Amino acid sequence: MHIPDGYISPQTAGGLWAIMVPVWYTAAYKVKKVLKAKQAPLVAIGAAFTFVIMMFNVPVPGGTSGHAVGGTLVAVVLGPWAAIISVTVALVIQALFFGDGGIIAIGANCFNMAFVLPVSGYFIYRLLSAGAPASGARRWIGAGIGAYAGINLAAFMTAVEVGIQPGLFHAADGTPFYSPYGLSQTIPAMMLVHSTVIGFIELAVTSLAVLYLQRAHPGLLGGAAAPAPDAGGGFRLKPLIIGLLLMLIFVPLGLIASATAWGEWSPAEIRQRFGFVPEGMRRFAGIWRGILPGYGAQGGFWSSVPGYLVSGVVGVAIIGAITFLIVTFLSRRSGKSA
Amino acid sequence: MPKPLSTAPAWMRGTGPATCACCRIGRTRKRSAVERTIQNLTRALKNSVFSEQVAARPGLLQKADPRAKTAGLLGLLLATAVIRQPLILLGMYAVTLAGAAASRLSLGFFIKRVWLFIPIFAGIIVAPSIFNVVKAGDPLVTIWNFGHEVHLGPWSLGDSVAITKQGLEGAAILILRVAVSVSLAVLLALTTRWSDLLKALRVFYVPRVFILTLSMTYRYIFLLLSLASDMFTARRSRMVGPSNPREDRHFAAASMGTLLGKSHSLSNEIYAAMVSRGYNGEPVALRRFRARTADWAVFAAAVVIALVAWGADRALG
Repeated sequence: MHIPDGYISPQTAGGLWAIMVPVWYTAAYKVKKVLKAKQAPLVAIGAAFTFVIMMFNVPVPGGTSGHAVGGTLVAVVLGPWAAIISVTVALVIQALFFGDGGIIAIGANCFNMAFVLPVSGYFIYRLLSAGAPASGARRWIGAGIGAYAGINLAAFMTAVEVGIQPGLFHAADGTPFYSPYGLSQTIPAMMLVHSTVIGFIELAVTSLAVLYLQRAHPGLLGGAAAPAPDAGGGFRLKPLIIGLLLMLIFVPLGLIASATAWGEWSPAEIRQRFGFVPEGMRRFAGIWRGILPGYGAQGGFWSSVPGYLVSGVVGVAIIGAITFLIVTFLSRRSGKSA
Repeated sequence: MPKPLSTAPAWMRGTGPATCACCRIGRTRKRSAVERTIQNLTRALKNSVFSEQVAARPGLLQKADPRAKTAGLLGLLLATAVIRQPLILLGMYAVTLAGAAASRLSLGFFIKRVWLFIPIFAGIIVAPSIFNVVKAGDPLVTIWNFGHEVHLGPWSLGDSVAITKQGLEGAAILILRVAVSVSLAVLLALTTRWSDLLKALRVFYVPRVFILTLSMTYRYIFLLLSLASDMFTARRSRMVGPSNPREDRHFAAASMGTLLGKSHSLSNEIYAAMVSRGYNGEPVALRRFRARTADWAVFAAAVVIALVAWGADRALG
């Protein structure tokens, strides 16, 4: 998931730097407030840990193997803010010294893997394990589901960042200046790999590690190292709200970009060439028509900017409703068993 | 005898038929997850030791002040990111080769180090996009002419398969840009002591606490790497037959948990050690850099090259 330099334009990379600077600033402030002078050693060792576990080879059923990112695991133990800084530090060292991910692309890679991944993973873990004791089953189940969702969201963000390039940056004759593949190609490619293989590696490793910590180091899950749970109810909601707002802004941006790429060719040309891109987009549009009835003619409300924003809001609401149902179901079940 | 990959005894590393048959015979042996992890960990250690050795050689870039070098290379990196002409990117690549030669790096080694594996991977990724069936464009070389429109399930392939001008040019731009970017990053990492490079980030107003964290991380990565390497070597030395993936998975997760527990108590000890030496939350730097005229010359040269390349790109485009 590390984006090397050259795949995305400096404009996209710069935009993600601009998002990450206030995130880093807030994270540094929060961590310093809770941990005071202790923050440097704790975060540094957390980062070294993140760096090292990215090298652990984990076998997957079916014969292949891959490595985990471990961002959700770090967030579960250190809290989301310390995790943002720890994973950032690990990614900076990877980019500077080991050539994993570009230097200009550090902002983008940190947005995906140091921000979206641990924050969303942590929030889902908190939702699913709310009220569960440190040794409860919902802890490791929640951490696993959080890890799976976190890495898939991060992969989706990566796909969007790379996928908007050809639509935004190309010569008059269509020569792409950066990555040549559009959203209809990058999103399925990234999501196929991450939802089937890499997501499950992250899920298995995070769940098993939390299970192990429950047996061997229960203190680490009790909140002693994680400042977040003690800091009040409003605190843990913030990462989710920020993340969702950014997604809402970001996802429609990508759709607009693909819309301009679409508009470049006349229908006659499309019929003549019938490349994979427009065909994929047509199918993509068809799926949306199914989900949101009334999404009809090209150029109508749904293909305008407010239309995309509304569909984004609807999407987030659907995800929110599903999460709410899962949480209600899980807390009811644990209420019965208790 | 290959170079030792880990601290495992020699009989365990041998490839003869006497050792465990599951994974040690012939070239096509399948390495277990445990062995692959040991190899990853060792490679990281070897990499950094090698970089320190190269950084100690006398050469143009090694001598330059880390701040001037970092700022200069960042300027070149930014120019590389905006340039859109393949020819000028090729020129930039020549500049990085000259930089490597002036820093007494063997060119064969430098080229191999850069091209394996990120630019080659970029080439593989970008390859399908040069065909008109994947991405529309003006056909340059027609490979196959069907004579009529061909359908493959829901997809239409058009009436011919051809390499497009846009696809070829886009692929050239992407591969060259990736190669130049990686070359610049490798030059910086190889010719600078890593601790100096981290301190040089001060020029970019990176907060001091962040730099302290980075250098502590860098230092403790090696401790954790060897801890992890020991755990996996111990595991490897207790294995007599093939391990099943389920066990390997549990072992990887348990090692992570152990490492996390160890890291946490380690950070507590380090904090106690720092406090007893007078640390109050404000880091103090011992070593100060002093830039000489030659250092500014390196920086100025980098900026001039970046500006000339950018200007030429705009003039051509």
